[in-house]
Amino acid sequence: MIALSDFLLFGAVLFMISMAGIFLNRKNVIILLMSIELLLLAVNTNLVAFSHYLNDVTGQIFVFFILTVAAAEAAIGLAIVVLVYRKRKSINVDDLGTLKG
Amino acid sequence: MNFVIPSFAPAIPEMVLLALISFILVADTFWSKRHQFLTYYVSQISLVVVGYFILTSFSTAQVITFDGSFVRDSFADVLKLFTIAVTMGVFLFSKDYLVQHKFFSGEFFVLGLFGVLGMFVMISAHNLITMYLGLEIMSLATIAMIALRKDSGAAVEAALKYFVLGALATGMLLYGFSMIYGATGSITFPEIASIIASGQADGVVLAFGVVFVVIGVAFKLGAVPFHMWVPDVYHGAPTAVTLYIGTAPKIAGFAMLYRLLAEAMPGLVEDWLSLIIIISILSMVVGSIIAIAQDNLKRLLAYSGIGHMGFLLLGVIAATPEGYAAAMYYVIVYAITGVAGFGMIVALSRTGKEFDAIADFKGLNVRNPWLALMMLIILFSMAGIPPFVGFWAKIIVIEEVVKAGFTWIAVLAVVMAVISAFYYLKVVKAMYFDKPDDTSNLEPVSGSLSWGVSLAAILLLVLGLLPNGLIALSYSTLTVL
Repeated sequence: MIALSDFLLFGAVLFMISMAGIFLNRKNVIILLMSIELLLLAVNTNLVAFSHYLNDVTGQIFVFFILTVAAAEAAIGLAIVVLVYRKRKSINVDDLGTLKG
Repeated sequence: MNFVIPSFAPAIPEMVLLALISFILVADTFWSKRHQFLTYYVSQISLVVVGYFILTSFSTAQVITFDGSFVRDSFADVLKLFTIAVTMGVFLFSKDYLVQHKFFSGEFFVLGLFGVLGMFVMISAHNLITMYLGLEIMSLATIAMIALRKDSGAAVEAALKYFVLGALATGMLLYGFSMIYGATGSITFPEIASIIASGQADGVVLAFGVVFVVIGVAFKLGAVPFHMWVPDVYHGAPTAVTLYIGTAPKIAGFAMLYRLLAEAMPGLVEDWLSLIIIISILSMVVGSIIAIAQDNLKRLLAYSGIGHMGFLLLGVIAATPEGYAAAMYYVIVYAITGVAGFGMIVALSRTGKEFDAIADFKGLNVRNPWLALMMLIILFSMAGIPPFVGFWAKIIVIEEVVKAGFTWIAVLAVVMAVISAFYYLKVVKAMYFDKPDDTSNLEPVSGSLSWGVSLAAILLLVLGLLPNGLIALSYSTLTVL
């Protein structure tokens, strides 16, 4: 039997990986989008684990909502990446620095 | 388990709004060729209709429906009415701006209305799922609005920044939600509050949850240290969109703060109070000091907005119904002032030229004395100089913080208000005492924009001279509960 704390630890590790992906990555905007998805998956892991151990189905329903919204979010994110590419011919994170001050 | 059909009556404004938006979205594709402005007029009428539905069903009783996920109370009604009023002002200013800058499209208004729907859902949220869905409806609509100007590199970059940082904030907030759900086993706010009060919940997990929730909310409000996106997005977005994201979403952000901290987690006040105090003080300091170095008025107003969020949080620090009422009054006043301030930049902008550098305002008094006077009123109100309404907003949050026993925070707030007056006066000096670089007369400002700005500025003066009505409204909304 896997303990609840193991699931929470797994969720925390996923969360950390996605944070590192967002803050350390200077290369590619697509990797940012992937990190954001991973962040939401960390939340989903947490919710499913809690839901299982609390014997309560609400957490799993919450997961469905998060998955659906994440799909909509990815659609908008990718659309913006396409716009950025058309405008700059590059999706390098370092090139996104014109707004400063 | 029986399925009981929920009462739909409390959610009628949202449902009417959704139906109208869906209609406009489809109809716009048919009529936009022949009747360019029809979408604009129908959008404004839709907001009036929804406002009418809210007004006619106004009551002080709290109604909860959809199995505890949706609440209609006077707090929600009042904030929704102000959201509608602010959005109508935003649309009014946006129309001419969009025409002048040649990207008028019905989508702007459709997305704006979807944003309003998201704010309504946030304001009426009564469990964690509804709160999350409302937040996402609002954020996705605003992101699309920023990116609406496809040919502008700055706008697209601002949209990407807002998207990534907003998604990060939502992720943090959800992580906090999952912890709170795990600790209490419930997602409805009153149940969470009662389980926390009974002491059955695991303290460590809850503390984690509270920290992440506060980070997420601070991010959405644009408070320090989670403010990095605010100046970039305000600067990069087309001014009409800046006007939108700088005003109405702040009202929804405050509602989110109130529902989560005051309704769901009043028992954890020791945990979140110190966080809110730090965020509030940092916001006031950063908002006042970094703004001094700005030479772009949109960036300056962005930093001023960060400072204003610090002042708003003063009311939350008091953590009493009166304190929340003061914060509610503050956010309403801030939204009205924001419409007037960004509306002025919109009104002065020309085809192909933004009027957003402070240097552009040099000698405005010579070129257009009436608009210079209106700008003076707006800036004085933001600085909190009597008799304008910004003064009352500042004084009642500071009063509540003193009553709660945090005199040192109140002293700091007053010092920061004085420092922030410096950069507002810098713009006033440019308008009245500097020689204009460009001595040609201003192109005439279109009638509706001039009227709109004058009306908003005079409203700031009238609300400042007769503040009691709005203050009493905020207090009666939150203290009766």
